[in-house]
Amino acid sequence: MSKEKKDREPLFSIKNRRLLTNPLNKDNPITVQVLGICSALAVTAKLKPSFVMTLSVIFVMAMANVVISLLRNGVPPRIRIIVQLVVIASLVIIVDQFLKAFVFDVSKQLSVFVGLIITNCIIMGRLEAFAMSNKPWPAFLDGVGNAMGYGWILIVVGFFRELFGSGTLWGYQVVPEGFYNFGYEDNGFFILPPMALILVGIIIWFQRAKNRDLIEES
Amino acid sequence: MYSNAYIFKYATIMVILVAAILSAAAMLLQPLKDKNIKIDKMQGILQSVNIKAEKDSTIPLFNEYIVSELVLDPAGNIISEYTNGEFVKGDVRAFEVDMKQQLYLEEQGEDYQLPLFVGMVPLQRSDVRDTLFVVPLYGKGLWGPLWGDIAVSEDFNEVMGVYFDHKSETPGLGAEINTMPFQQQFYGKKIFDPDGTFVSVEVVKGGAETLSDEMQIHGVDAISGGTITSKGVSQMLKDCLELYVPFAKKQI
Repeated sequence: MSKEKKDREPLFSIKNRRLLTNPLNKDNPITVQVLGICSALAVTAKLKPSFVMTLSVIFVMAMANVVISLLRNGVPPRIRIIVQLVVIASLVIIVDQFLKAFVFDVSKQLSVFVGLIITNCIIMGRLEAFAMSNKPWPAFLDGVGNAMGYGWILIVVGFFRELFGSGTLWGYQVVPEGFYNFGYEDNGFFILPPMALILVGIIIWFQRAKNRDLIEES
Repeated sequence: MYSNAYIFKYATIMVILVAAILSAAAMLLQPLKDKNIKIDKMQGILQSVNIKAEKDSTIPLFNEYIVSELVLDPAGNIISEYTNGEFVKGDVRAFEVDMKQQLYLEEQGEDYQLPLFVGMVPLQRSDVRDTLFVVPLYGKGLWGPLWGDIAVSEDFNEVMGVYFDHKSETPGLGAEINTMPFQQQFYGKKIFDPDGTFVSVEVVKGGAETLSDEMQIHGVDAISGGTITSKGVSQMLKDCLELYVPFAKKQI
């Protein structure tokens, strides 16, 4: 017992740091594992909802990972998916209730996405693949890491879609009026969901050009 | 391996526990949520008469500018009036009358009540206050409900301001109805034609300029990519304003 205590790894050991940083690049849930694409298309037409979605997913994913990791030894395997869903759904509802009570305008922004968070396959995937077989602290890091890996893609896509689609960022006009007088037009295609897919595709292209080992051998 | 009895017990305890936590959270936060919803409704009404209110200043501003709340019967008679914080007639505040419920009653062919707000707002000059009527709106969008308020002039004809909001329209497309560029188009539009026939204000796909000259004053541009939401706004305006025609006829 006492020996085990001595060998306890530090909170931010290399292994633990990897849990946080790998999902940002080489293990990215969207661009490498191609999960959570549906919500990436739905919420990224504007920067602000992308950001709010990112924050909510970070919170829900980290908390759900910790809760499931704490429960992992008692959960009967036959109903584990149900238990995971119950945990995610309850967390999301609690978050929504608190937002409604304390920051009502953010909750108005979020209303569409509550359902989307519950069905986000990345959260389910991490609970099933990681939290069910790891201790709470690594599970927490894994949750935060994956949610951030998901979030930065959302924010990048949201940035370009709002900039070119509406000429605004965070709701503020950034393309000068003068451009429009010279015949510049906002590109309506950026607002539509297919453009999110194309942007994600471009990010995947960049990422694989940089990391050759991500390219599948065919 | 876990026995069936264990699984059942586990599931039962989990469900009861979660239910208890969620209901406790919902009940404890209810008063705060109700207050926020009330403030949100007031902000909507104020925004339709072009007054921007922050969360804390909403209630005083509402009391200052919305001087009277009327409740009408289907024939356009005033059955309840609440002015400057007290009842002049009847005992129902328009603020408590839910438009959604009244539209449903109307559809069922039952007796209904219409809420109407009277605002005294400095529109052109800061020292002169114009009287406005504010009609609450409720309708359907693509994914969920739409609602809002429309402020009309004293003769119930000219649109002085609007406010729209939605529960779940697509960001960047249908959700644009709650932005200023869309809402500003409504200013100065007319609800009745010169003969006094009810026309409403229509949101036109392809732009209001495709309408005939005499219809221009009743049309605004739709949102590209948000056709169903735009149609929802048109329908909402028509459905709600139509109910107020009997009252409006008395104002002209």
